[in-house]
Amino acid sequence: MNTLTTIPINHYLIFCSMLFSIGVIGVLIKRNALVILMSVELMINSVNLLLAAFSAYSNDPAGQIFVFFIMVVAAAEVAIGLAIFVLIYKTTHSIDIDVLNKLKW
Amino acid sequence: MINVTLLLIPALPLLGFIILGLGYRSIPKKLASLIGPGTILISFILSLVTLFSFRLSPFAFRFFDWISLGPVSIPFEFLIDPLSILMMLIITGVGFLIHVYSIGYMSHDKGFNRFFAYMNLFIFFMLILVMSANYAVMFIGWEGVGLCSYLLIGFWFKNQQFNNAAKKAFIMNRIGDLGFLLGMFLIFTTFRSFSYQAVFALAKTMSPGSETMVAITLLLFVGAVGKSAQIPLYTWLPDAMAGPTPVSALIHAATMVTAGVYMVARSGVLYVLAPVTMEVMGITALATMLLAATIAIFQNDIKKVLAYSTISQLGYMFLALSVGAFTGAMFHLMTHAFFKALLFLGAGSVIHALEGEQDIRKMGGLKNALPKTYWTFLVGTLAIAGLPPLSGFFSKDEILGNVFGSSLPLWVVAVGVSMMTAFYMFRLLFLTFAGKNRGSDPQSLKIHESPSVMTIPLFILAILAFFGGFLNIPEIMGGSGMLKEFLAPVFADAVRLNQLQPHHVAARLEWSNMVVVLLLVLLMVYVAYRRFVKREPETVFGEAKMSTQMNIEIGANNRNFFIRLIENKFYVDEVYDYLFVRPALRISDALHKFIEERFIDRIVNGTGTLVVRFSNGIRYLQSGHVGMYLFFMILGILLILFINIFL
Repeated sequence: MNTLTTIPINHYLIFCSMLFSIGVIGVLIKRNALVILMSVELMINSVNLLLAAFSAYSNDPAGQIFVFFIMVVAAAEVAIGLAIFVLIYKTTHSIDIDVLNKLKW
Repeated sequence: MINVTLLLIPALPLLGFIILGLGYRSIPKKLASLIGPGTILISFILSLVTLFSFRLSPFAFRFFDWISLGPVSIPFEFLIDPLSILMMLIITGVGFLIHVYSIGYMSHDKGFNRFFAYMNLFIFFMLILVMSANYAVMFIGWEGVGLCSYLLIGFWFKNQQFNNAAKKAFIMNRIGDLGFLLGMFLIFTTFRSFSYQAVFALAKTMSPGSETMVAITLLLFVGAVGKSAQIPLYTWLPDAMAGPTPVSALIHAATMVTAGVYMVARSGVLYVLAPVTMEVMGITALATMLLAATIAIFQNDIKKVLAYSTISQLGYMFLALSVGAFTGAMFHLMTHAFFKALLFLGAGSVIHALEGEQDIRKMGGLKNALPKTYWTFLVGTLAIAGLPPLSGFFSKDEILGNVFGSSLPLWVVAVGVSMMTAFYMFRLLFLTFAGKNRGSDPQSLKIHESPSVMTIPLFILAILAFFGGFLNIPEIMGGSGMLKEFLAPVFADAVRLNQLQPHHVAARLEWSNMVVVLLLVLLMVYVAYRRFVKREPETVFGEAKMSTQMNIEIGANNRNFFIRLIENKFYVDEVYDYLFVRPALRISDALHKFIEERFIDRIVNGTGTLVVRFSNGIRYLQSGHVGMYLFFMILGILLILFINIFL
């Protein structure tokens, strides 16, 4: 019995769904690219947490190891994303996504 | 060790092809003329090694499994027996001499490296053809030599006529190859194997004259007819003279066209079990040799005469096969390779000296200008006419002897063709070398003997054409029949099973036949001499005082119907054109206009138009608003969730 399983699985499910939904709503309604990126991180972390919980409940450590990998990859993605935003800011002096509409048709 | 040797024999020419083919822009001519003939020379030496290390029992070498499907396994294997060794020696030996000759003949050509690359590739495929131990591997070589023949006939591809000749050769060979392929399939369904040894072992137990056997052998014979230019698929060979002369010597005289003869001899066991096929083969061969010899008498192109002569001599070989004289056919194949390669190379030397002139009506009197070419050409002519003691005499005599023992009418026609051969060959010799030069004056000033790189191969081939017959001196002359003994194990089964075994001819009759044939041939030589040397050659083509060009034109109009018929090669090409080529073109044209343009084009173009119109409508969805994309993305995720949970 480890500490993860002291909380019922339903709590995890509900908490993660809420966290994920907050992330989705953040992506949809925010105009600032940085905030959108943060919302995406929220979605990723909600999934990570769920993965860790399921892994603990099914007594399979592989899922928790996976979480580490996902975190590493997500960190790399964020690094690239932030670099792109820096470059965008240098050319347009804004990171409002409504300004970035030159790539079309 | 012997294993490596065997693999190297075909691998070296292939290596030569790869080097010359890949580096044909950058390799200097000097190096190319070393690589091209060099690889063939090494192959020839290795073939000699194989000959001397051969210990009477044939052996098959299995290199790897080429095709394996469930229970079926077709290995890539070589069979080494006297027959394949003989063919290997002819191909690499004569091939090497022709390669050396080509160094001189092609020296001014821009495609020098390309030429040697193709020639090496040809030798590779030809070796695969004769060394294979089963019909499937033989088919690789069979198709490969056809490809090389196409590439080399159309070697000067800027001339559309030459391209057409190449296409004609390829397509006519294709018709034959279809027969060969069907024959192979039938062999496989009957014997469950392609391997010679397995097929022949099983075939020996079958009853002679069975329908399957007749069908197999007839289909294989169709392949041989295409490759070896027999009626009705012979018209490609005269056109194939469009290629450079060494190509005509190597491919269209000495080696590739004899592949059909080799294949039938190799499958001798199957053929003797199908008397019907043997009869068909005999009739085809007889008709071909007679027709080709008749046409050869009236041809005026030095190479075309030799081409028709080749067709006629191939007819001889098939005639020999059809009476079961397998050794005779292979013997004639060998001597023919020597003297016909010699004649073609001699003709090439003449053409080289006259800077491309091929019309014998504009030649004459070249004896003094080209002495080396003249003497070697004379040896070749004497050999093909069958005068003793040259090689052609012995090989022809062996065939005639066997034919005589089989059927008298066949013998009479064969002797007749032999006389015609003597006549047209001496006509060619006299018109080219004897008398006065009939060419335009500036041409006769520039005539020069070919360089020694071309004349030395001529001398070697002349020696072979002269003494080649001594390999198989008939028993009645006290000879041992060396070649016969060498090849005997290969043909032992076929000879034993032969139903139509020619009965043995008494020695006295054989002597008298020989003398009769010899006298008739000498008579024809004399007739040719009277007609083309004694009478001033100018008068042969009409009035002496007129210019040559006018003579030719008037001469063409003044002949009677039959001569005009023969001069136009019996209009066979025109008939084929009318019966097959034009209908095919017309059908293609109609299909193009109706099916292609009305249906296929519309469907294809319609698809394109539809896509363009549709995309025109929906491309505005790509608006550039990131928020919109994100919205659609979330919508998609929700849709997937919805489908997963509720459906």
